Amino acid sequence: MNAPRTNGSRPTGGRVPRLAVWKFASCDGCQLTLLDCEDELLTVAGRVEVAHFLEASSIRGAGPYDLSLVEGSITTPDDLERIRHVRRVSRNLVTIGACATAGGIQALRDFADVREFASVVYARPGYVAALERSTPISAHVPVDFELRGCPIDRRQLLEVIGAFLAGRRPDVPAHSVCVECKLRGAACVVVAHGTPCLGPVTQAGCGALCPAFGRGCYGCFGPAESPNAAALNARLRELGMSTPELVRVYRTFNAASEPFRRAAEEAGA
Amino acid sequence: MDRVVLDSLEPLIAVLTGMGYTVAGPTVRDGVIRFAEISSAADLPAGWTDEQNAGRYRLRRAAGPEATGSQDRLETGDASAGDGEQVFGYAASPDSAKRYTHPPRTTLFRLRDGVPEEAGREAPPIALLGVRPCDLAALAVQDRVFLGGRYPDPAYRARREALLLIAVDCATPGGTCFCASMGTGPTAVSGFDVALTELTGPHRFVAAAGSPRGAGLLAALPTRPATAADLEAAEEVGRTARTRMGRRVELDGLKERVAEAHDSPIWNETASRCLSCANCTMVCPTCFCTTVEDGADLADGTAARAERWDSCFTLGFSELGGAPVRGSGAARYRQWLTHKFSTWVDQFGGYGCVGCGRCITWCPTGIDITEELERL
Ligand code: SF4
Ligand code: SF4
Ligand code: SF4
Ligand code: SF4
Ligand code: SF4
Repeated sequence: MNAPRTNGSRPTGGRVPRLAVWKFASCDGCQLTLLDCEDELLTVAGRVEVAHFLEASSIRGAGPYDLSLVEGSITTPDDLERIRHVRRVSRNLVTIGACATAGGIQALRDFADVREFASVVYARPGYVAALERSTPISAHVPVDFELRGCPIDRRQLLEVIGAFLAGRRPDVPAHSVCVECKLRGAACVVVAHGTPCLGPVTQAGCGALCPAFGRGCYGCFGPAESPNAAALNARLRELGMSTPELVRVYRTFNAASEPFRRAAEEAGA
Repeated sequence: MDRVVLDSLEPLIAVLTGMGYTVAGPTVRDGVIRFAEISSAADLPAGWTDEQNAGRYRLRRAAGPEATGSQDRLETGDASAGDGEQVFGYAASPDSAKRYTHPPRTTLFRLRDGVPEEAGREAPPIALLGVRPCDLAALAVQDRVFLGGRYPDPAYRARREALLLIAVDCATPGGTCFCASMGTGPTAVSGFDVALTELTGPHRFVAAAGSPRGAGLLAALPTRPATAADLEAAEEVGRTARTRMGRRVELDGLKERVAEAHDSPIWNETASRCLSCANCTMVCPTCFCTTVEDGADLADGTAARAERWDSCFTLGFSELGGAPVRGSGAARYRQWLTHKFSTWVDQFGGYGCVGCGRCITWCPTGIDITEELERL
């Protein structure tokens, strides 16, 4: 789960770097974040050749690519083949979002029987070729950097692209959301209102969006660098959360990340 | 200078504004007291008080039920609804003066086409109204950190000099305050331009100047000389406040005791409750640690280096050669407590703690440094 440290690696020979964006099992929200970077995207488009980005256009340039952004988790036998291809044709592979980095909300199937789901949802479940589990990209191929979030944060995405273009390490801190909460000057919802919040065990990146609006953190950016879920769980129980409620807060977008999986178990899952 | 009495803060705010100061004072925001720009005394939190304990902060009407909650957001300047008339009837708020003297993020320099441009150091004049005695002590600590030694920080100096400090003696210390045992409060003694003591029946403020700038300011206001009764009432505020400290710390032999506890098993036990979330260091008015952020603007091709608050509770803080030196929560908690009460003394000749209690109140799991010190 830990994002591999990288110093990036630049295309050689002064040519325009080639960018590819890939989709696996996901909602497209992270790719939309890239499209959302309106102004910057034009600059990015000037400095890189967007060679493969089906969400934005029908271009399907042939590899190899200098930077591949990969959205989504691996959930089908076909995905298994495709991600190996993506790795082969990519100099740098960066996963974007909770699906690609932790398995996403669809990893809730890991805690149940996927065949049972399929039989409830589909008339002919026999046609559904789904793997038992939803797994992150790093479970299958080496990953150069993992960008967290559900969805990812716009500023962080630009930072990662800029860093890879410049051949430097992205500045994406792994500390808690609490740090951003205090930088921003938001009132702590746990202390001031008694509202449960996952901020102390969640990695920063969103800018403490929810606490700034008086809500507890939902853990969209996954586990922080050294989460102490046992200590937080004890506090959340004091604030009135029951065991099922505690299990639920960890079983969302990053349910299958090892620290959140253990946090839910610690809570009594 | 002799002390004078102000019947209202309105002329003070008006004169400061006329002198070109942005006046920042306590306001009620999102259920807590926060410094924000104010334009009138009506913006101040009249009738509000707080309850503070480990991991808990609640604002409420001085007389009446608790009135907070994430849903019913509390807005500024709802003074008419106040039962009490006191506008400073609470203790340290989550913000200290640090947010003004040592802001969370500042740009150090920019690179344009490879040419460095240093960031401007102009600091706009700000008058900070309602600074607590513990925060004055914290500013003195910050001054030693940023201005003492061989490499004074010119940006800090500019911001510090642009700050006019109007202090307020504490009448109602919080449950986590321990300034009396640290010798930093609850009465403002030095380090201010003007110090106020709020009195009721009738509502008025005894004011003292602490600098030529403060004396000039008071001279420009409608005041009357303080009577013996006013001065006695002001004394009484301090005496009562001193008996209402929620916490205390025994300083005798503390520095040595903390240093000797390096291998104590206590740190592991504390770490089992500590989230390493860094809230304590962020709210601490003396914690000064920062990291640098380098960023490139893809749109205009410039690069910039910024300084941002960091904390000894993050792993990146002690990263050397690719790995953190203080990997365990125990090592990080020990660093924080040891710095505040032991190594700070070696480094700067005094404690790194002024007893404001913020780290106790704002710790999400309610870890209490005074208790931890007792246990060592
Ligand atoms: S509101 Fe949540 S994220 Fe913010 S400081 Fe409190 S616990 Fe941390
Ligand atoms: S002592 Fe409290 S505020 Fe400080 S890092 Fe530990 S849990 Fe967070
Ligand atoms: S260590 Fe805690 S009590 Fe002491 S000055 Fe810092 S925040 Fe205040
Ligand atoms: S306690 Fe930690 S964050 Fe605070 S000044 Fe010391 S090293 Fe820095
Ligand atoms: S620590 Fe002392 S000076 Fe600071 S708020 Fe509490 S009573 Fe006031």
